[in-house]
Amino acid sequence: MRRICLTITGMVFTVLAAFSQQAPADTAGFRSRPLKIEEVNILSSYYSQTADKSAVSGGDPGPRGIGNVTDLSNGIEVKLVGWDHQRLKHTLTAGLGMDNHTAASQAYVDSSGHGKRTGTRIYPTLDWTVENLRRGTSFGIGAYYSAEHNYYHSIGLNTSLSAKTKHNGEFSVKLSGFFDRIVMITPSELIPVDTAAVSSTPARDSIVYITTASGRTEALNYSTGQVVGKGGKVSIPSSSRDSYSASFSFSQVINQRLQGALLVDVAYQSGFLGLPFHRVYFADSTRAVVENLPSQRVKLPVGLRLNYFLGDKIILRGYYRFYIDNWGVRSHTASLEVPIKITPFFSVSPFYRYYAQTGSTYFAPFKAHTAADQYYTSNYALSTFNGQYFGTGIRLAPPGGVLKTHLSILELRYGHYAETTDLVSDVIALNLTFK
Amino acid sequence: MIIKKPFVLAAAVIGIYSAPSCQPVKEYQKNRLNDAEMTLGNRKIEKEELNFQAYREGSSGANGGKTGGGCGCN
Repeated sequence: MRRICLTITGMVFTVLAAFSQQAPADTAGFRSRPLKIEEVNILSSYYSQTADKSAVSGGDPGPRGIGNVTDLSNGIEVKLVGWDHQRLKHTLTAGLGMDNHTAASQAYVDSSGHGKRTGTRIYPTLDWTVENLRRGTSFGIGAYYSAEHNYYHSIGLNTSLSAKTKHNGEFSVKLSGFFDRIVMITPSELIPVDTAAVSSTPARDSIVYITTASGRTEALNYSTGQVVGKGGKVSIPSSSRDSYSASFSFSQVINQRLQGALLVDVAYQSGFLGLPFHRVYFADSTRAVVENLPSQRVKLPVGLRLNYFLGDKIILRGYYRFYIDNWGVRSHTASLEVPIKITPFFSVSPFYRYYAQTGSTYFAPFKAHTAADQYYTSNYALSTFNGQYFGTGIRLAPPGGVLKTHLSILELRYGHYAETTDLVSDVIALNLTFK
Repeated sequence: MIIKKPFVLAAAVIGIYSAPSCQPVKEYQKNRLNDAEMTLGNRKIEKEELNFQAYREGSSGANGGKTGGGCGCN
């Protein structure tokens, strides 16, 4: 906890130092101006989950199926704005995030339950947008990178276009591609024994070498499975997973208090779409196999947002989404958030979200799959369940900054989530915007 | 229980597309619409919850969040 506080405090002081020299005021409207820092966002969040029936243990409802997770996420985002000679507005946003997690299920990638249960994910982002305010059009490109111990990298690229209509509407399209290399970490008992690595000398013929979930070599006694030695890192094979999506949105001002947006995504994924360390246990066997899912998936989510300003102090933020894919998953999501303005600069926002899902045809619980199944998984994210998420947020944005500093917006949000799969989680997030 | 009312969505689509004929709104009349909490997209503070929802649930997308990439498998 002390490390968390120090990290956040360090970030805050760094940002305050960056703003120690006042930028000259932009008094000429569309005058050419080089890129300058407009705002800096620092986002920290903490996620805590308790669950059972983890996919790593094949949905085992017993102690081996523990799915508890904690995740501490910290990120910084710097937004720079400038104007060129053609009166185009350029916005460059650079971000860097880091997650540190613990996952009880990860320990069971090693069948002994003593595998590494911590991990770190680092993800830089870069986005550039050019806006023509006179024409109401914009164009953007972005890049994303992420790396973690169980995938070598995820590289994301996107491009977007938007255009305003004459009647207070806006149409936008965004094309994205994510290219992942998944590390093929299999459950320890399913790692093929490298017979070439087995010593042929009579004194050590019972020793085999394996790679663990964290990518290290271990020497095991072949008959007892006991670890007798540890080695260095080795390269584990990887598989690809590509994700493409086209996101369309049309937003419209309906009157002085109401505006809405229709959102349609078409997403296509190909490659290794399961995870190599997710086990499945068949009804007639005690031996585990790795989950097997199709190599293609098409997703079609359609969403609708409606925001209404009720009176002078209450806002109603409504959202509904219908989702369907070719794995048999169908879902409905509905949420309502009600920001209440206690003062013009301070608001409290309770929210509620309901999620209902019909599971994939490829899902079955622990020991329910049969040999007749071509595809199989016991990952409860693909099961039939309902989920409820509720909580509240606060937002403080005084005109001169919080305590007359460069901290212009302070947001804090807490939510509690519960699924009928017995998964329960809590998330708390803090966003600081400096200007 | 899963709701099966596709006509609700169809009605919403028609409502949005017929909206331009509702009321013309001038720039100076948009003080409420321009309020930070009236934004039609997700806010930064929602980033973590969108992430965990995308990984814990079987569906994702149509909310301005990610539709792919990365693991989130623990």
